[in-house]
Amino acid sequence: MAEQGDSLERHPSEHSHPKAKEYLGIAVILTVVTAIEVAVFYIPAMKPVLVPVLLTLSALKFSLVVMYYMHLKFDHGLFSWLFVVPISVAALVIVALMKLFGVF
Amino acid sequence: MAAAASHAAAHEVPYTSTGLSSRKMLFWAFLGSECMFFGSLIATYLVYRGRDASGPHPPEILNIPFTSFSAFVLLMSSLTMVLALAACQRGDRRATAGWLAGTALLGMTFVGGQCYEFTHFFYDGLKLQGNLFGCTFYVLTGFHGTHVTIGVIWLWTLFTLAIRGKIPAEKSLDVEIAGLYWHFVDIVWIAIFTLVYLIQ
Repeated sequence: MAEQGDSLERHPSEHSHPKAKEYLGIAVILTVVTAIEVAVFYIPAMKPVLVPVLLTLSALKFSLVVMYYMHLKFDHGLFSWLFVVPISVAALVIVALMKLFGVF
Repeated sequence: MAAAASHAAAHEVPYTSTGLSSRKMLFWAFLGSECMFFGSLIATYLVYRGRDASGPHPPEILNIPFTSFSAFVLLMSSLTMVLALAACQRGDRRATAGWLAGTALLGMTFVGGQCYEFTHFFYDGLKLQGNLFGCTFYVLTGFHGTHVTIGVIWLWTLFTLAIRGKIPAEKSLDVEIAGLYWHFVDIVWIAIFTLVYLIQ
């Protein structure tokens, strides 16, 4: 049974994963975005827009890793649903608790 | 149902009602539950942030350059992890073992950095039971560090199997699932780095 499970192939739509060059390109983008995040943190003029800018950059990095390194962009849509639904619930819980405790 | 069965047979796979790997689907469901687990820890940290009467407070203690380097190390470990998977899928045993070892070493560097950071914070007066910041910070980042440590053990196990030739291309799903876990701890750190360290 274990042998069967191990040799289990995947849906045809799951097999068009990126090549090493594309993975490297994503890594460069992630590094640049991280550097921008840190730079934004240290620039006093960015203070008024610090939170939205950092959240946007963080979401960009998060999406790139999930779509390209975790292959959700290329895999079957069911995997995306299995991830997106719980993470949306988690985000809603965070926002609801912050509202409930008067953070904003 | 019959169509799904014939599709499975055509690709020499055991029958599943979706035609997808049950292991992979189960693992994505597990990662979904992990999202809610870390979501609750992040929510707790954010709710109690700035409510401490006594210090130390985040701006006094957090070392952004050091943590930025740790974040970079973890991001690079995600790159080596996908390269390990790509090598495994094309049946390159040596490259698979090499990239897995590289990922594990980067993970160990991250955990080592976290141990250094925790020790430094402890001697600076930030204790688990000292104030709300200490409690929520150590619990959140400590659980993340534990996940990274589990990932490192998993990676060394896969490395041992890879150098023994026990992970051929047909078994690349083993590496792919370990990779999903590893990328997940990376994306959790992306969130923690922004919400805890940069937005103080």
